[in-house]
Amino acid sequence: MTAPEDAAPRPGTLRQRDPDVAFRLDGRAVRARSGPASRLLDVLRGELGARDVKNGCNAGDCGACTVLLDGKPVCACLTALGQVAGREVETPSGLVAADPAAGRLAAAFDRHQAAQCGICTPGMMAAATALLREGPVAGAEAAEAALGGVLCRCTGYRKIIAAILEAGGGPSIEGRAASPEAKGQVGAAIARLDGQAKIAGREVFGDDGAPANALALKILRSPHHHARFRFGDLKAFAAGHAGIDRVLTAADLPGENRHGVIPGFEDQPIFAEGCARFRGEAVAAILGERDILSDLSPDALTIEWEPLPHALTPSEAESMEALHDNRSGNVMCRGRVVRGDAAAGLQAAEHRVVARAETGFVEHAYLEPEAGWAQRVGDRVEIHCCTQAPQMNREAVARLLGLPLEAVRIVPTATGGGFGSKLDLSVQGYLALAAWVSGRPVRHAFSRQESMQSSTKRHPASLRTEAGCDAVGRLTGLTLDGVFNTGAYASWGPTVANRVPVHGSGPYYVPSYASHTRAVHTHCAPSGAFRGFGVPQAAIATEAAMDGLAEALGQDRLAFRRLNAIRAGQSNACGQVFETGVGMVDCLDALASRWQAGLAEAAAANAAAVTSGSPMRRGIGVATGWYGCGNTALPNPSTIRAGLTRDGRIVLHQGAADIGQGANTVIAQIFATALGLPVGDIALVGPDTDVTPDAGKTSASRQTFVTGNAARAAGLSLRRAILRGANVPDDAALSLEEGRVVLRAEGRPAATLDPTKLPAENDAYAIEVRETYDPPTSALDADGQGAPYAVWGYAAQIAELEVDIELGTVRPLRFTAAHDVGRTINPLLAEGQVEGGIAQGLGMALMEEFIPGRTENLHDYLIPTFGDMPPVETHFIESGDPEGPFGAKGLGEHCLIPTAPAILSAIRHATGAVIERVPATPDRVRAAIRALC
Amino acid sequence: MQMLRPESVEEAVAALAQGGWRPLAGGTDVYPSLGQAPVPPLLDLTGIAAMRGISIGTDTIRIGALATWSDVVAAPLPPAFDALKTAAQQVGGVQVQNAGTVAGNICNASPAADGVPPLLALDASVELAGPAARRVLPPGAFITGVRQTALHADEIVTAILVPSPDPSARSAFLKLGSRTHLVISIAMAAAVVQRDPEGRIAKARLALGACSPIAQRLPEAETALIGRLPGAEVGDALASAPLDGIAPIDDVRASAQYRLEVARVLLARAVSAAVEGG
Repeated sequence: MTAPEDAAPRPGTLRQRDPDVAFRLDGRAVRARSGPASRLLDVLRGELGARDVKNGCNAGDCGACTVLLDGKPVCACLTALGQVAGREVETPSGLVAADPAAGRLAAAFDRHQAAQCGICTPGMMAAATALLREGPVAGAEAAEAALGGVLCRCTGYRKIIAAILEAGGGPSIEGRAASPEAKGQVGAAIARLDGQAKIAGREVFGDDGAPANALALKILRSPHHHARFRFGDLKAFAAGHAGIDRVLTAADLPGENRHGVIPGFEDQPIFAEGCARFRGEAVAAILGERDILSDLSPDALTIEWEPLPHALTPSEAESMEALHDNRSGNVMCRGRVVRGDAAAGLQAAEHRVVARAETGFVEHAYLEPEAGWAQRVGDRVEIHCCTQAPQMNREAVARLLGLPLEAVRIVPTATGGGFGSKLDLSVQGYLALAAWVSGRPVRHAFSRQESMQSSTKRHPASLRTEAGCDAVGRLTGLTLDGVFNTGAYASWGPTVANRVPVHGSGPYYVPSYASHTRAVHTHCAPSGAFRGFGVPQAAIATEAAMDGLAEALGQDRLAFRRLNAIRAGQSNACGQVFETGVGMVDCLDALASRWQAGLAEAAAANAAAVTSGSPMRRGIGVATGWYGCGNTALPNPSTIRAGLTRDGRIVLHQGAADIGQGANTVIAQIFATALGLPVGDIALVGPDTDVTPDAGKTSASRQTFVTGNAARAAGLSLRRAILRGANVPDDAALSLEEGRVVLRAEGRPAATLDPTKLPAENDAYAIEVRETYDPPTSALDADGQGAPYAVWGYAAQIAELEVDIELGTVRPLRFTAAHDVGRTINPLLAEGQVEGGIAQGLGMALMEEFIPGRTENLHDYLIPTFGDMPPVETHFIESGDPEGPFGAKGLGEHCLIPTAPAILSAIRHATGAVIERVPATPDRVRAAIRALC
Repeated sequence: MQMLRPESVEEAVAALAQGGWRPLAGGTDVYPSLGQAPVPPLLDLTGIAAMRGISIGTDTIRIGALATWSDVVAAPLPPAFDALKTAAQQVGGVQVQNAGTVAGNICNASPAADGVPPLLALDASVELAGPAARRVLPPGAFITGVRQTALHADEIVTAILVPSPDPSARSAFLKLGSRTHLVISIAMAAAVVQRDPEGRIAKARLALGACSPIAQRLPEAETALIGRLPGAEVGDALASAPLDGIAPIDDVRASAQYRLEVARVLLARAVSAAVEGG
């Protein structure tokens, strides 16, 4: 299409719009010059600095950019600047500052912890404010309808609904809310410490902090699954375009063009060299002025592509040329755990069943696409980015740029969801390289398509479980075999291949067990870490086998699981035995009353449906899950630094990346409790690699447990030092008063410690402590025997749902969850983890499947919306782990492991149909029902 | 980032005649279709007052081309429009409903366009304006293929015209997808029905969407319903009636076989819902 420069309109009939557009923004008059056809989103975030309006998809699919236009919610990404001329635009932060309804919402969001990562929260606040202005909110359905256009990936929506109903002045729903308890000790349901900033739109995420003069990047990616490519004259291209600094390729990297997350598996380039191995793999990046790049046609730079044969599945790949040297048959690695003689165990069984599970790629779909900015500071480079693993990012960037580790600084921004994929390198390498070579600050945010094409995914799996039990139902043997599609590069594939055999028995006592897995390369985006590292996929097959055995025995499904649940003193598949802290039976017992009620309700509903001819069938399902916290049989230490400043403040260097799960709050609660001060007295310093020691990565449900232990040790250590300095007994109560620490012990006059009078340890602190914790584990032998984890968490969930047997649609009605968390550090945040985990498990079970080249957006790739998540009732079991801080275990991943198998169990209960492939989309459910007839 | 904002249909058509402009109304299809490409010069139609609003005449109900989904929901329309109102509440979220227009939905001509089956069931025609004159395309003639319409490059849609329905006509719309909100249909059905004094179907207009390149009216199935009582009789008739023009495909949302099977279920339920809704 040609720009109609010469097509001058006849005077008086057409008006070329004034390039300046005047409108009211949050009550003040503004003029914007970006051009009337610009997306309002870009104008608000760019020229007008309203970075509380978030860019989640740029296509109207997620609602993160919701603003009010003359009071009505619209997506700023779908609105032309010129269309708001003379009108009123209200942003989330403007609303919170000025609108009483938004103020009530903000308070309710905080009380209910309706924000986790906070990236969707501004859009939620804007849409909810519009609803509240209409009058009292009639109920949950009204809230769901009004907010249905905004996606959230963290919360599972229920706490948002509770907050809106509370603020909405209509009927509210019961539920746990933040206690006003000021101390915030371990066990207290306090609001997250960084929650207000998220709710008010002040939080700074990956794309929110770049300096105005930063250059931008346009990353060029392979449109083919597998192709050789050649560039033209890149220097001439850059020279021929004003505002373009240069084109970066692999040739520009001063260091090694490879990265990875597992030692020995660093096989991924940031720019492919001559041959792209998956669709969306980066081959070059154009560096230039932001406005020039946004006007650049996508095919401005010519790349010659020569498509090559590709394999998108392991079965295709195993007979193809290897993607990587030394990985014949494209097998990247294998996993194996063997205990006893599983073949004999199965042979001896009275009942034997085989269960299969096929799963697809699952996309993390955090609402914040990967983003950040970088600058060169002398001989160092500084990268501000959203991340789950600042220290690993630092090591990777140092290798890419050929710099010593000390020359790289990672400053994590707030992270708008991660779920595993923000452990890997995304924007960091490109930003660091561009800033390093140009000397200018450089920013980049992945587009939604870039994010979906190139980020890691949950491994597609093909699994087979065979299980046998004796006549009373005790398991005698179990085998699990699995093949995982690990994509073009290793990422966390080795972890998945190892974790699955370790967890494949489920939380049951199985006297004989054998599991073999392999991870196979294909021409797909790398599969990596995603909440559970393969265990959720394996649980689908193993839990289906448990249902099958219960059915063969004619036993109740929950009772069968209880009979076999692993107990204290029993060995797991790796030969580990725990004498305490094994709460599996307690989890199942906590579900018992709901289970019985749900069975009765389903039976009554189905009897009535048969009588009336209704196609709706109720079903109830149960599943268990377990998960080892921390790295598998590898060291994974966390270090916590803290200190008492000379002006009497306590500072906690909190290095556990908070990606919405709440580490900033939970680690502070643990530290404060150990120290003996209210959490409000603790000032937090974030995980900046220059000032905060390595607390490891936020993955493997390890932060509460591992970093929590380091924080507890640091709290105790600082407490001891303070007590020593004041010479008071161990049980003295501490308080901070006017720059001094006051210590009160019974029967003694109050003592005072004046930090200014102490010999300073260093510039920063009068007293500084640093404590490290590394979980005691041992390497696994060739049979997978050893001590893979120091702490295991246990879980069980019930799913209740309704199936339309004519359409195959499934509507979840209620979840009941029971989780052995050892000790609940913050029940409100823990509940948020459970609800969010269930929502992701629900998505995996019913709707989510990433198909390379076909579902690279948030309208073809479906994640649950407001109306899809039913209420969740959560029970916490406090088994008191001997290794965890104050007895606590991890939780993040445990909560989605039982969800998909519980849903499939309920579909089977409702219809008799065994679903062996997820997602159980309506056509697949209907086909399985049809096959029964 | 150029944009023109004409205030009359004539100005808009004159600009289109010059070439190079892409028409813009609610923006809910235009912007997403760009991906990362630069924004082309846009002809913003939302300043044309004459194309706004919904007017209810004696013979014709005129849905101005700038009427949004939210405008449809808010308008005091007869019950035959309930199907269109239901569709309007299921197009995207509130954000999209507040901006997106019904006319834009037909111009985008997606096989899964939510507005099309209800409009077919309402016998809606489409009014276009070009440099020479206005013309009206009869029901079903506007969309000609996947993402293709009978609109000439120098024309715009000015209104959707619906013959005033019988006050006794009742309607319903059912959309089938894999999640509750923000979902592209696997299949959808719309029904507008009238009954005789004994409760039998006297008139029926049925349409199916997302089961063929263009959403289809189903005249043979409509005929098969005449004289039937809602419920089992209607279900039986629809179980075997020919579904002319229905040719579903396999895609990421569902298989063709599934679509064929559920199309009949949706139609039967839409007829029931229409009857019960009245």
